[in-house]
Amino acid sequence: MPGTPAFDGLTVGDIVAEQSFPLTRDSLVRYAGASGDFNPIHYRDDVAQSVGLPGVLAHGMLTMGFAVQPVVDWVGDPGRVVDYQVRFTRPVVVDPQIGAVVSVVAKVGQLDAEARAARIDLTVKVGEETVLGKAQARVSLG
Amino acid sequence: MNPKLQGWVFPPTEPYLVGREKVREFARAVFATNPINFDPAAAKAAGYDDVVAPPTFAIVMQEHTLAQLLAEPDAGIDFSRVVHGDQRFTSSRPIVAGDLLTATLTVPSVKTLGGHSIVTAESSITDATGAHVVTAISALVVRGED
Repeated sequence: MPGTPAFDGLTVGDIVAEQSFPLTRDSLVRYAGASGDFNPIHYRDDVAQSVGLPGVLAHGMLTMGFAVQPVVDWVGDPGRVVDYQVRFTRPVVVDPQIGAVVSVVAKVGQLDAEARAARIDLTVKVGEETVLGKAQARVSLG
Repeated sequence: MNPKLQGWVFPPTEPYLVGREKVREFARAVFATNPINFDPAAAKAAGYDDVVAPPTFAIVMQEHTLAQLLAEPDAGIDFSRVVHGDQRFTSSRPIVAGDLLTATLTVPSVKTLGGHSIVTAESSITDATGAHVVTAISALVVRGED
């Protein structure tokens, strides 16, 4: 397993991780079961349509959940993510046949030398559209 | 909805025992691949008692507190009008399989913006010793009548 990245080697603006996540309807059903969020807009086209949505949507919390995984892999330990926040700015529509692809770029946003912690800013998009705003994870590197 | 919701404190939820297989199931669902999420030996090597839950796992406990909020008739929140606006987790330590966790919901703020209301729901999650583990904060946007 890779060790913890060295705090002193980081500069604001560094890209520390990048990853794309292909989602299918199966991903949504799996997340529904794991999280206990069985809102049918995440698996039923007829329900999504009846409430005026463009299609079945990924759970916002699913997107939040995987968007931090590239950071976890970079830092090497899920327990080093001490604070994590997002704003849900745009829904992710998951087509029954082609699904959706969500891309994540993780960049150093701020460094706290005293705490030896870094704020990692996430850019989370489907195509050219941002789906999470103010997505920030604070990781402890001490 | 009830504007006097601000400042409410709900009773603590029933204790939730974090299971190893639940952690693994949740970790797979969020595409986690780190061995510390799946393998007790890897978790022990990293200094934990058992597998570590992903950073957003506390949503499982927070769902229970939000169910309390939405089921409370005096809160007057129509679930079909609720949209999740923001989410945050602030941890004192990660959640580990074997933890017995209790969540207490408070409503620190209710704001009105245009025809909508924004309810902040804060769930403070503590372990069996009463020590703080993580606070999960959701901003729920309740859309006004059409």
